[in-house]
Amino acid sequence: MNAALTVATSGRVLRQVRTDRRTIALIIVVPCVLLGLLAWIYDGTPVFDAIGPALLGVFPMIVMFIVTSVATLRERQTGTLERLLTTPMGKGDFMMGYAAAFGALSTVQALIATGFAVWVCGLDVAGPLWLLVVVAVFDAVLGTALGLLASGFARTEFQAVQFMPAFLLPQFLLCGLLVPRDQLPTVLEWVSNVLPLSYAVDAMKEIASNADPVTAVLGDLGVVAAFIAGALALASLTLSRRSA
Amino acid sequence: MMNNSGPAVAVSGLQVVRGRRRVIPGLDLEIPGGQVVGLLGPSGSGKSTLMRCIVGVQVVESGTVTVLGHPAGSAVLRDRVGYVTQSPSVYADLSVRDNVTYFGRAVGLRGAELREAVDRTLAEVDLTSYADQLVQDLSGGQESRVSLAAALVGRPSLLVLDEPTVGLDPVLRRDLWDLFRHLADRGHSLVVSSHVMDEATRCDRLVLLREGRVLADVTPAELLQQTGAVDADAAFLALIDAETARTAGSGERSAS
Repeated sequence: MNAALTVATSGRVLRQVRTDRRTIALIIVVPCVLLGLLAWIYDGTPVFDAIGPALLGVFPMIVMFIVTSVATLRERQTGTLERLLTTPMGKGDFMMGYAAAFGALSTVQALIATGFAVWVCGLDVAGPLWLLVVVAVFDAVLGTALGLLASGFARTEFQAVQFMPAFLLPQFLLCGLLVPRDQLPTVLEWVSNVLPLSYAVDAMKEIASNADPVTAVLGDLGVVAAFIAGALALASLTLSRRSA
Repeated sequence: MMNNSGPAVAVSGLQVVRGRRRVIPGLDLEIPGGQVVGLLGPSGSGKSTLMRCIVGVQVVESGTVTVLGHPAGSAVLRDRVGYVTQSPSVYADLSVRDNVTYFGRAVGLRGAELREAVDRTLAEVDLTSYADQLVQDLSGGQESRVSLAAALVGRPSLLVLDEPTVGLDPVLRRDLWDLFRHLADRGHSLVVSSHVMDEATRCDRLVLLREGRVLADVTPAELLQQTGAVDADAAFLALIDAETARTAGSGERSAS
């Protein structure tokens, strides 16, 4: 690992994103639109305050997953990845470069989406707002890490896009938003215990209902961070310098 | 500075299988340092595969490939070997300058040294006036020059170029071959594949491949002398005809 190469890579990724204004707009606007829609659907009920924070974490994760898996697949197909791996650029530098770039992008996304949810949609949470932003950024970086991992198994764009429902929808169904996790059938509860999104949503729920959630949230974020590290490490293993 | 003692590349007993085909069935070759060596042969003859082996991105069945005294693909070679694939591998959504700068950073260039190297390289591939254009807005020939620039920027000891002049006009091709000559004169080693035989005369040595075997490893003058042909195209055809006749002959003998 080499910090300069990681920084060079994340700078390059951000420059690429910058030339694609529509993608930036989609990354920023889509979570806001979805949150606005949700607030409108549940207008006049307490539901938005209960599930809004969780979805503030889920939407960015989905967006970042898709963006990342397509971006890395493109690197494989155009040969730029193979070329980079013939240089001193390490697999870890490449992975961390992507994680840092999309982490920066998702910080902007989380700030705007949180602001929109709170000040436009009237989201009311018991815990501090800055913590909402922190958890949303962790969730987005988790999406990036899972996207990097998934793209290692995708050979075509069709497969890359299909990995979104395959990797993310089961996590969404089991994360406790539809049915609280402790009320799931036992086996499904066990499964939900080993899925990262469950902890991301737990953290958001904690902020929604608890006035002093920092300790509980830190525990959940620790688990999410471990999943991010694990996914990046596994994703590095899917890169090989030699191919047949 | 440059290490001119010993060959730039030594290949011994190389066998490569791609898909179900044994594309290189056993190849021995020595590529001298400080020269422009042309790798010629029809499409499917194993040129690109051999180049992939030299750069160390190809899974090999058996045999050894030694580059600048180290096993191909080892970490010490990564800032000393530049590789340009046949289809341009650069970022279409970055400007020309950003592409070359990024690959310069990848091989460890920084600060003023990096800026100078990028400016010099853009001038060498004649893209200075396009420096701030996105690659996706360039022509195919310009895009392949960006890809070449990304390898040149680090001034690698060994440059492996897979068909670098395809789709370029005669003036540019001449300029690039002048650049290759200039680099070789300064001690860099170049392996350049081509199926344009008239480029063969610009090389110091020619390696003619056919079906993953070395058909000839000669200087351009020797090639014409051996075959009695007037140009490289005719010489190559003469060699292939001779080879076909020989293998057909030995095939009949072994069948009888």
